[in-house]
Amino acid sequence: MLKLSEELAERIRAHAAQSYPYECCGAMLGTEAAGARLVKELVMLDNQREDSPRNRFLVHPADVLRVERAAQAQGLDLVGWYHSHPDAPPRPSEFDREHAWPWYSYVIVAVEAGVPRRMASWRLLDDRSRFDDEEIGSDLMTVG
Amino acid sequence: MAVKVMIPTPLRPYAGRQASVSVEAQTVGEALDALTGQFADLRRHLYADGGRLRSFVNVYLNQEDVRNLQKDQTPLRDGDTISIVPSIAGGRSC
Repeated sequence: MLKLSEELAERIRAHAAQSYPYECCGAMLGTEAAGARLVKELVMLDNQREDSPRNRFLVHPADVLRVERAAQAQGLDLVGWYHSHPDAPPRPSEFDREHAWPWYSYVIVAVEAGVPRRMASWRLLDDRSRFDDEEIGSDLMTVG
Repeated sequence: MAVKVMIPTPLRPYAGRQASVSVEAQTVGEALDALTGQFADLRRHLYADGGRLRSFVNVYLNQEDVRNLQKDQTPLRDGDTISIVPSIAGGRSC
């Protein structure tokens, strides 16, 4: 399960709405214990994909390294990434699968005509064949 | 040459849960071969069909992307550090 407070979920939705009709992207920093992954902080990033930002996003490796160092400095892990799907469901595409690693949580938020809709989280299987749906919980008692 | 390969968190389950692995190699390509020879399950997450490094997988020698050096032929020196760093990419279907 991915534990994401309503406050952080709302920040992802706001980033997605603000970026529409382009895709937004960002990093999720947090902790993992007893099988539950808790997101504690978000890092909003610029979509570096200039040729087709409506249906693609890109985070350069230098930004990945920067975010990893920021996580380590706070005693957190870089547990996953979020991005938006403008006018498309929050399901990973084949392109998403080809560019994913297991272990990371990939949160996708759908945006319809500029309005954020459903949010889902996905984990790539070890054999890279497909993503599994990861439940998102927002139990505020465990967040903080 | 003895070099250290830094393993990113998502790939540690496939590398004995280690944050880094020491290997003996003369070039970056040899170092990655030694790594994936030791931990075969890493291969599918680093290489696409046909054996080419996946497009979103980047390899750094110390602070430099090896694509800006001599790619997998980049020579190594004792004590060098190799890092595997992903680009994060994706997006909705066209």
